[in-house]
Amino acid sequence: MSTEISAQTLTFLRRGRPVTLDNVAPDRTLLEVLREDLHCTGTKEGCGEGDCGACTVVLGEAVDGRLEYRAINSCIRLAHSVEGLAVWTVEDLAGDDGELHPAQEAMVQCHGSQCGFCTPGFVMSLFGMYQNTKGGQGIDRPRAQADLSGNLCRCTGYRPILDAAQQMGDLPLPSGCGVNEAATVAALKALPNKKKEATTYLRPTALTELLQLRTAHPQAQVVAGCTDVGLWVTKMHKRFAQVLDVTAVRELRRVEAYPHHIAIGAAVTLTDAYAALVKERPQLKTFAQRFAGLPVRNSGTLGGNVANGSPIGDSMPLLIGLGASVVLMRWDAKRRAVAHRELLLEDLYTGYRTNVMHPDELLAWIKVPRPTAGEHFKAYKISKRFDDDISAVCLAIRTTVTNGVVLDVSVGAGGVAATPVRARQTEAALRGQSWTADTVMAAVAALRAEFQPISDMRASAAYRQTVLGNLLQRYWLESQGLQHINLDTLNAATLEALA
Amino acid sequence: MNARDSNNPATAPVVISSRADAVAPAAEVAEVRPATSVPPASPRAAGVSRFHESARAQVAGGATYIDDIPEVRGTLHAAPVCSNVPHGRLRGMDATAALAVHGVRGVFGASDIPGDPVLAAFAHDEPVFAGETVQFTGQVVAVVVADDVMTARRAARLVKLDIESLPAVLSVHEAHALESYVLPPVHVKRGDAAAALARAPRVLESTFEIGGQEHFYLEGQIAYVLPLEQNQWWVYSSTQHPGEVQHWVSHALGIDNHAVTVECRRMGGGFGGKETQAGHLAVWAAVASRKLQRPVKLRLDRDDDFMVTGKRHPFAYHYRVGFDETGLLCGLDLEMLVNCGFSADLSGPVADRAIFHADNAYFLEDVAISSYRCKTNTQSHTAFRGFGGPQGVIVIERILSDIARELGVDPLDVRLRNLYGIESRNVTHYQMKVEDNILEPLMTTLAGTSGYRQRREQITAWNAQSPVIKKGIALTPVKFGISFTATLFNQAGALVHVYTDGSVQVNHGGTEMGQGLNTKVAAIVADELGIPFERVLSTASDTSKVPNASATAASSGTDLNGRAAQFAARNVRDNLAAFVAGLDLCGAGAVKFEGGQVISPTATRTFEEVVHAAYANRIQLWSDGFYRTPKIHYDKTTLTGRPFYYFAYGAAVTEVAIDTLTGESRVLKVDILHDVGHSINPAIDIGQIEGGFVQGMGWLTTEQLVWNAKGYLATHAPSTYKIPATGDIPEHFKVDLWPEANREDNVHGSKAVGEPPFMLAISVFEALRDAVAQAGGRPQAMNAPGTAEEVLRATSSFAG
Repeated sequence: MSTEISAQTLTFLRRGRPVTLDNVAPDRTLLEVLREDLHCTGTKEGCGEGDCGACTVVLGEAVDGRLEYRAINSCIRLAHSVEGLAVWTVEDLAGDDGELHPAQEAMVQCHGSQCGFCTPGFVMSLFGMYQNTKGGQGIDRPRAQADLSGNLCRCTGYRPILDAAQQMGDLPLPSGCGVNEAATVAALKALPNKKKEATTYLRPTALTELLQLRTAHPQAQVVAGCTDVGLWVTKMHKRFAQVLDVTAVRELRRVEAYPHHIAIGAAVTLTDAYAALVKERPQLKTFAQRFAGLPVRNSGTLGGNVANGSPIGDSMPLLIGLGASVVLMRWDAKRRAVAHRELLLEDLYTGYRTNVMHPDELLAWIKVPRPTAGEHFKAYKISKRFDDDISAVCLAIRTTVTNGVVLDVSVGAGGVAATPVRARQTEAALRGQSWTADTVMAAVAALRAEFQPISDMRASAAYRQTVLGNLLQRYWLESQGLQHINLDTLNAATLEALA
Repeated sequence: MNARDSNNPATAPVVISSRADAVAPAAEVAEVRPATSVPPASPRAAGVSRFHESARAQVAGGATYIDDIPEVRGTLHAAPVCSNVPHGRLRGMDATAALAVHGVRGVFGASDIPGDPVLAAFAHDEPVFAGETVQFTGQVVAVVVADDVMTARRAARLVKLDIESLPAVLSVHEAHALESYVLPPVHVKRGDAAAALARAPRVLESTFEIGGQEHFYLEGQIAYVLPLEQNQWWVYSSTQHPGEVQHWVSHALGIDNHAVTVECRRMGGGFGGKETQAGHLAVWAAVASRKLQRPVKLRLDRDDDFMVTGKRHPFAYHYRVGFDETGLLCGLDLEMLVNCGFSADLSGPVADRAIFHADNAYFLEDVAISSYRCKTNTQSHTAFRGFGGPQGVIVIERILSDIARELGVDPLDVRLRNLYGIESRNVTHYQMKVEDNILEPLMTTLAGTSGYRQRREQITAWNAQSPVIKKGIALTPVKFGISFTATLFNQAGALVHVYTDGSVQVNHGGTEMGQGLNTKVAAIVADELGIPFERVLSTASDTSKVPNASATAASSGTDLNGRAAQFAARNVRDNLAAFVAGLDLCGAGAVKFEGGQVISPTATRTFEEVVHAAYANRIQLWSDGFYRTPKIHYDKTTLTGRPFYYFAYGAAVTEVAIDTLTGESRVLKVDILHDVGHSINPAIDIGQIEGGFVQGMGWLTTEQLVWNAKGYLATHAPSTYKIPATGDIPEHFKVDLWPEANREDNVHGSKAVGEPPFMLAISVFEALRDAVAQAGGRPQAMNAPGTAEEVLRATSSFAG
């Protein structure tokens, strides 16, 4: 590694023992460190952008005395972000005498590997599932499909891998293959706290400290789960002399419930953030599962997605439709206190990947209104592939209809402009109007006219405009009680039952 | 079809079934066994669903791919410098900034090639590095070599290319209008298509376009070249064709073939994408390695892999087809425009195979096919599973569905009406007699087991009361010719080494890319020697062991290499039998090898004992084996003969649903009945069928390659290019194997399986078009892939 960038030590737990690496540059990925420094080549690079899952490893973190397991993409995860965590790679599962872990054995038994290159990634996603399901219990086919949606296989057609996921829980766990949770938690606690030595990779654990570091190091690259910034490294070949990682900040890792809103900390992973949103509105379950693949949701944060502000990021149209706001924070050195301001999410953005945030400001919280009585909310996503794809068009609609009149409405749209946007003209066409087919058709026309989307590799402008209006029609049809008009919520069995 | 899903592998009929939706998985295929077990005890190694020979290593991270090989001291890393315009005159290259980067060791291009600057490809039309002109966006002009990968990649972006843009030909229609071809057009005729069309009761005329496909092997292209002494070279290459890599490297370095050794233990997927394309990387790395006299590894970043390497050929068609009121074809005039990209590569045989498979399962009496091999300023399209076959099959399947809709009859009936006959109507348009036709019983069996006809009725009724979601169904067959159409490639060699402890190594000219070739070959060798499967080890493909091997392609891996290995093992067995016959004073033919024992009329010995004794008596314990496919011949000038040893057959029924508001679709149910002859390994064969089907489904649904108006491939990563994921797999996905052995004398009565199932996925596309028709849309207007946008365009008035 030729580099002028100075580097710091990295320590994490592997196979129950601390692994310490000297001189790891702040912008090196976990995959590079595993393959190049530790010579553990079981973990593969398939795409270098978190889309294929060949590089999947599992991270373990002690939370309230228990281990929490997360399968993540090591190719776009910065190595230093696993400081103080436990890491499992595909080499770490088998027993000392070579007995395979059930996640591995099931793959063998079900003929789940052909070329074998995606296999380590699948095995690690299976291992993550195994640990999170009390040894692979109760995994049905939809669960297997959802949890493996971030792993691509080009050989098998997946059927044997899905079988393996469902059957691994029936296999015995060889004695050498189990995770000793208590010992691991203890070993994690015993790892040295090296925060004070940190110079190039800053990973504060308290909010005030984070904001002060931000003020002190305005040039540092801010990262959360790195599921986008990781690509700046692997694909755009950017280098960072200093990184400020927000993911360890205690306050920002919480989801807090208030009477009228929930507040999601900027360091809450997409997995946990969507779980909180689905808890509030169960109809979002499918939409949540379609956000990237599980390893990306396990690393990436909702705050990162929002701060990043990609026009095709799927969480923003959803949040705009929900009427969410964001809280920006900074350290006010004069007052020696934290300063903050709050604004509606749609007002955060000023243009393509630009926003109103000051250099010393960080996005700290996302506030999402709780469901109100009479609220009807739906979010739709159109993409080439059902799972793990970026939307061509995304539309989120919330209405409150009282006595046949639209009292309140908010519409968020993605994929139609340089930023995620609120469809104000469409809202105007609906607000105060009677909730009828004529009103909806007028709103459909308004929605199609409101944006001038571009044509690109995901869809043509004409398709985007047409479908935007069609989705509003679907929303209308669903509000009229029409069932089974959405493939997302249908499976073969329910389709059969309709007949 | 009779009894399947038997739980007793010993007595069950040979029909093997895999049901994804079954509560109890089929025996032998998906059964979970205790961790320490092995597959069911069998006196034979073949015919049983043995686990992939590398499975246990693969799941533990212990299977080595090229990038995992411990690097030799001094290894450097290369990254390509690519053209950023589709066509232009390369006036110069300024590498100053790149060379100034700490850790960069050099930048090498066309002027650094000691041998021929043109690749040793068949058409000799592709430069190693772009010279005076660049011919597509992504064409490699040079490589930057540095101490580590990221430094090389960063520096490659700093190399400035001075290119004067020239007009680029980006569409196949434009190329055809300009008569811009990589190879001359080919016309195949039988009868008089024009006259038949003139007197046909009804005529349909249409156009159709189908996109290409990126291989998306999970392991990207890679080569690792090590200098040896005296201008000799060791090349690790992820390649389906080590012999060609050897040939290309030696040609570019200007040295003899014998000075280059190429090794490949396994690939992380190939699918045709590592047939010729792997050679380019090896040559680039070798040129750099020779200049620096250091080991050089070149591993393409995934985005570069998309930009640099060829894809499946996109096709455009124009056809006129005549038919009568019964749906019988009478006259077909078909024009195929093949987008070959900037060079010939394998486009000639790919386009030829599209012609050979334009009949698919059907007798074309009066037919005229014109095939234009169009040159465009894009990546040079290359082999991809099916090798032009899918592009031939899909057009006739489309035609038959449209005829059925014209006539208002079930497309299955039109298909059955036009099938090849047994006694008559049994000669292809390239004059090969179809001798092993099982199409009719296979299709009617599948129609019965899948409930096709009842379901078609149910679907029509269902659609009538479903306002937004519409379903469709289709049954399509495949008949796929097995053999390289270039007859000379149908040869193979193998080596079987028996060591004095009775363990066996087998090496053959084929390559392992996940398809289970080594597992099958080891089983064949084990059976030939009558020893347990576990005693036989398959080793890396290596040009210094078996020379001049053909590519592992055309589904032929097991047919060719399995037979060659069988013959090699048989030679050793014959030596041992003769030796035992001498000891026991019997005929050698009376000596049997089974269950790890060697049994003569008077004595039973273990295989190990015999081997030990034979060695002591100076009996040769190793041998070569050689095989060439019989019966085949083919005249390239007239495109007639018997290019194929036999045909592999299959059929699939697919049911889909589409959303008429968005064009999104789901594949709901798939039933497959496929012919692999007597399976050497049912689990592996079912894996090939399922995997091939899903890959074909991707080609026809979500996998869309988009080149923008400037000839830049905009879908160059998995973020934008979407192969099927777990959620795309139908809930009901059932595969049955046809029980009959290959009627030709092929190894263990088996049939090739790699490519044919890919074309079963054409049923997905035809089911989508059926759903579009049932929604009142225009299925004849639908091109492939059937993305949501394409389905909506065909379904609604949306013009796009």
